Amino acid sequence: MQALVIAAHGSHLNPDASDPTYAHADTIRETGAFDEVREAFWKEEPHFREVIRTLESDEVFVVPLFISEGYFTEQVIPRELRLEEWDPDRWESDGTSASQATLEAEDVGKTIHYCGPVGTHDAMTDVIVQRAETATENPDVGEGFGLSVVGHGTDRNENSAKAIKYHSDRIAERDRFDEVKALFMDEDPEVDDVTDYFESDDIVVVPLFIADGYHTQEDIPEDMGLTEDYRLGWDVPSEVDGHRIWYTGAVGTEDLLADVLLERAADAGADIGDAREAVRELAASVAGTEADSGPEPNAGAGAGD
Amino acid sequence: MTVATDDLEALLDRASSGVALDGLRIDETDDGYNLEAGENRWPGLDEAALGRALESSDEYVTNWRYWQETVGGEGTARRAFLRWCERAPLADAEDPADAKATVDAPLAVPERYDALRDGIDREWGQLSITARFVDIDDPDGERVYDLWHVDDADSDLADLEVYDEPRAAREIATHDDDGRYRPLKTAPTLPAGWAFTGLSGDDLVDAVGFFYPATIANWHRERQGALDVDHWLETAERQTGIYDVIDELPREAVEWMTEACCVDSQCLRRREWEYEDGDELDADGGDGPFPCREPCSLVIAAARKWAILESEEERTYELELTTSELNQLEELVDAVAEGRVDEIREADVNDGANRYRARYLRAKRFGEEGLEATQVDE
Repeated sequence: MQALVIAAHGSHLNPDASDPTYAHADTIRETGAFDEVREAFWKEEPHFREVIRTLESDEVFVVPLFISEGYFTEQVIPRELRLEEWDPDRWESDGTSASQATLEAEDVGKTIHYCGPVGTHDAMTDVIVQRAETATENPDVGEGFGLSVVGHGTDRNENSAKAIKYHSDRIAERDRFDEVKALFMDEDPEVDDVTDYFESDDIVVVPLFIADGYHTQEDIPEDMGLTEDYRLGWDVPSEVDGHRIWYTGAVGTEDLLADVLLERAADAGADIGDAREAVRELAASVAGTEADSGPEPNAGAGAGD
Repeated sequence: MTVATDDLEALLDRASSGVALDGLRIDETDDGYNLEAGENRWPGLDEAALGRALESSDEYVTNWRYWQETVGGEGTARRAFLRWCERAPLADAEDPADAKATVDAPLAVPERYDALRDGIDREWGQLSITARFVDIDDPDGERVYDLWHVDDADSDLADLEVYDEPRAAREIATHDDDGRYRPLKTAPTLPAGWAFTGLSGDDLVDAVGFFYPATIANWHRERQGALDVDHWLETAERQTGIYDVIDELPREAVEWMTEACCVDSQCLRRREWEYEDGDELDADGGDGPFPCREPCSLVIAAARKWAILESEEERTYELELTTSELNQLEELVDAVAEGRVDEIREADVNDGANRYRARYLRAKRFGEEGLEATQVDE
């Protein structure tokens, strides 16, 4: 038997923070690729500390639903899972290249394949592009458009910015969009000045965050000048300094993210059969439906604590 | 009740390797099969005679099939929990003298079969679980489970929102009756008004897992004598980042914290962790069925706040209050601490925590900067 554990942050204050985790877990449950699929959280239940014991499977694939390698993926999750002999060096990562490490959880004696975070997987690039497609309701969006991948960025963790740049570079290499630029909330180049960095009239802005919350639904839209007050909402697209900004919520809410979770587990040796195809089909059909009904730009509240 | 042919075949298949469950026992010997079913014993049977004897012990046979073929999972928490649901003896009770390893008042197969016709009720926190036969008139041993809120025990099913997908439990458990988010799943604030009916054993375990995550696993470990308790100090010392400070919380503050957060009125888990091994905390840990094996993330987050607050020095202040005003301060704190604020009637000015009473006190005793108190220990 094999199990998938999706390890996410969760929140004590905001019930929406775990929505993407549950949604992607359910998508993967539907594929039947794993005997057991479990959500686990730092701030909700089951806690990282107690999730492995709820499984009957001997082989467990743990995928962090986090954007970058850093404090949570390198320290908190392995410690709370009681992964014996864990050391960040086991990932042999340059900051965005962690794949997996095979360890034992000492409280349960099970084999744990501890995977790199979803945010740094190559397949995440496709999710960002799909986000641009759903934002513009155009499956061929690219020509005449600039694309900005926006991240938190922070001096405390250089890997945070690395993940953003990594995907920006990969998208740029595809020559699909006229311009591609990584922007940040907390460091230069800043998302506040988004229009300074693009010549294209149309700019799609995709925040590389897992859940919608304070940053994606309050800070960023106000900083970019999409709205005076986030509570008033904003249009997609919004006119700013003669540019049209196409901005929707966190990339982590995109249905295709379930595919990245599956790929992470498959890279670590999980037998997932044709689950990826099923998830990709589902994500494509949902993206089509959403395009018909139009995006909801201002859903969700602060991810908070 | 009849015994299905394939049940008999499945049993005969396994007879050579020995069958033993809930009073049914088949051993293959040189003289044929020895069969025990409850009080009855048949030694030295050939296969045909064994088949006939099993026909007359249909309850034992269908019980065996349900547990061995449908449920399976020998040694798992899932199986132990489902057996607890119908008061079946637990397989892991190797030493019956170990009270924790046995089910309270276990039922033998004939009594259990009688009870399963009406349904056997159990409580798990605020969950009420009924184990019953799928087919009450002609039971074939297959059980299903109904799940609802303990407060709905007497409700008509027609008045409840009925679900059959365990994942619906996640939605139900997200907000309390006042629409507030429930970050602590084992808080005694689970809303009522819903029911799951006819769940399979696996689906029941999943639903309970969504309502009260990991409680079945930890309950099972406790019954096996393998609950790995992490006491306050070891949990606090493990923390890093912004929670690194919590191991500085004074011992007496940990007492106040457990009294504030970990009693039954706030959380249905039974606190098994103490200050440290051999150093018990005074607050009542509660008496629910499932244990709490280490301080939860809410306690950790609150402890950080208290660790920071407790690092402040105490001061002496002087302020003017009448005796009734001093009493009113107590009433205000009590009302908030007991979650009573919303129950206080608009015009009940006899209650010190009444809104008009509080506004009056503020108008009288608060200046521009709040409460007018003077520090006198400088």
